[in-house]
Amino acid sequence: MSMTITEKILARAAGRDEVKPGDNIWVNADILLTHDVCGPGTIGVFKREFGEDAKVWSSEGVVIIPDHYIFTKDVKAHRNIDILRDFVQQQGLPYYYDPGTADYKGVCHVAMPQEGHVRPGEVIFGTDSHTCTHGALGAFATGIGNTDAGFVMGTGKLLIKVPETLRFTLDGQLQKGVTAKDIILRAIGDIGVDGATYCAMEFDGDGIEQLTIEDRMTICNMAIEAGGKNGIIAPDDKTMEYVKARTDKPFEPLYSDPDSPVKEHRTYDLSELVPCVAEPNLPDKYAVAAERSDVKLTRAYIGSCTGGKISDFIMAAQIMKGRKVSVDTFLVPATQEVAEGLMSEQIDGESLVAIFAEAGCLDIAPPSCAACLGGPLDTFGRANTDEVVISTTNRNFLGRMGSKQAQIYLASPYTAAASAVAGHITDPREFL
Amino acid sequence: MSDATPVITGKVYVVGDNIDTDQIIPAQYLNLVPTIPEEYKKLGSYALIGLPEDYPAFVEEGQMGAAFPIVIAGRNFGCGSSREHAPIALGAAGVKAVVAESYARIFFRNAVATGELYPMEAQVRLVDAFQTGDEATLDIGAGTLTAADGTVYDLKPIGDVAPVVSAGGIFAYARETGMIGND
Repeated sequence: MSMTITEKILARAAGRDEVKPGDNIWVNADILLTHDVCGPGTIGVFKREFGEDAKVWSSEGVVIIPDHYIFTKDVKAHRNIDILRDFVQQQGLPYYYDPGTADYKGVCHVAMPQEGHVRPGEVIFGTDSHTCTHGALGAFATGIGNTDAGFVMGTGKLLIKVPETLRFTLDGQLQKGVTAKDIILRAIGDIGVDGATYCAMEFDGDGIEQLTIEDRMTICNMAIEAGGKNGIIAPDDKTMEYVKARTDKPFEPLYSDPDSPVKEHRTYDLSELVPCVAEPNLPDKYAVAAERSDVKLTRAYIGSCTGGKISDFIMAAQIMKGRKVSVDTFLVPATQEVAEGLMSEQIDGESLVAIFAEAGCLDIAPPSCAACLGGPLDTFGRANTDEVVISTTNRNFLGRMGSKQAQIYLASPYTAAASAVAGHITDPREFL
Repeated sequence: MSDATPVITGKVYVVGDNIDTDQIIPAQYLNLVPTIPEEYKKLGSYALIGLPEDYPAFVEEGQMGAAFPIVIAGRNFGCGSSREHAPIALGAAGVKAVVAESYARIFFRNAVATGELYPMEAQVRLVDAFQTGDEATLDIGAGTLTAADGTVYDLKPIGDVAPVVSAGGIFAYARETGMIGND
């Protein structure tokens, strides 16, 4: 039987020769990811159901990356990290990245592939909806709740339904100034915030080759914004090179059969795409950036698992070099590695840190999820009033970055940086 | 064995389409851990606090729970985050069931896995047929929602999900049915 990459990964993880969409199957997990917001609850479920002294199914399989509420005075946030620390010690878990130490990483979805925890063909469950990011490397990766995660923690298995696949074939070359973020915002705009509910979003086509691994992460990260169960891109030479540089563990990639049937097939000519934004308050409210110059901004935000990778900051710096921002501009590198990259990466001999400082951006924050999801009241960049924000993050729901009065426009790093300079939404191609 | 087909009678609270998890429980309250009993209750006091300002309060100020055992919603209820705090906040506030046109995948799954509430699906759009504060009767077994004037709305069959919710979630269900041991 002809199967998609998602179906093949799930079949193998279920010990079956084949599966079809709609089948309910028990799959073996390779990785369970959790963090400081959902980890304590997951641990609570695990202990309640399996016992105080129970051991996790695989100490190498559980990856805990605190990232949400790190740089805050919130007492409970600190208590939650203590719960993680105690558990890690009790269980002897090797993959824990402790805040306040040299092991600290930052945003889990950028740290996961960076640290070699994402391998093609594997199954990753995570207590975070943006776990779908990891499909960028040809893994099946999806977000689950604490109760399911507690089950996985104890058994290494989960009962899931095999999703139907929506296939997006990307052909052609992106124009200069048009990015992976513009691809995914266009796709979500076309199918709507529930257009991929219960489905896999598979991206293929000749256009994939030009995309870096980080570009592919940006695309798969936002599959959930269309309701997708997972986003996925088959591994290629770039993927293999990236993964093998970060892990020695063996893995076996899988690929869609060329004629594998899907629920729906869409084709995009990437050369026709333009810089865009998603308007408040849903990620499917697509608008062409050049047509929204009437929107005056009060701040810009560059960060998160979607838009806080080193490539995102390089794009922003290309725009800001030699220019001044005209609104408060908040920069939050996703991980410590990205933060170090801001110092080591240069454009014409000038570091990104220096470019951003000269452009008038606010001091760069330490890596974490920060204001992408609002968070505790003292969170860096939190929108506490009627701010109008252009942001490289993934969600613009009402109140997402803090105040319900704030309006959030999602955009690429190019568009966010150019708009920060202009003071209103603008097409970044004028600046490149 | 717990009753898998309860009849729920009470006031409904009506919301629109795409009610996301940030509206159900804003992220600033995610420092609360649902498996800690007092924090579970606290989550209930913040349920639906992220709705637009023109909605009536779901939980009155100073209260820990809501007066609405049934929430009626439009499309894509619970979209966004995988935070299990969302069905838990509703359940802790006293919600027994949501009747929506459709659900986001993770919210539906979390509602069932936790056993916090019955995620019922309507066959027609009900958000225009009901107003917040209306009385209604939801019969899980029959799959019907009956308005105060006697109008009966058929819902989609919930099937194997009902006994899991009734038992109190997947772990409790697995024990009740002998799938896993009681030790």
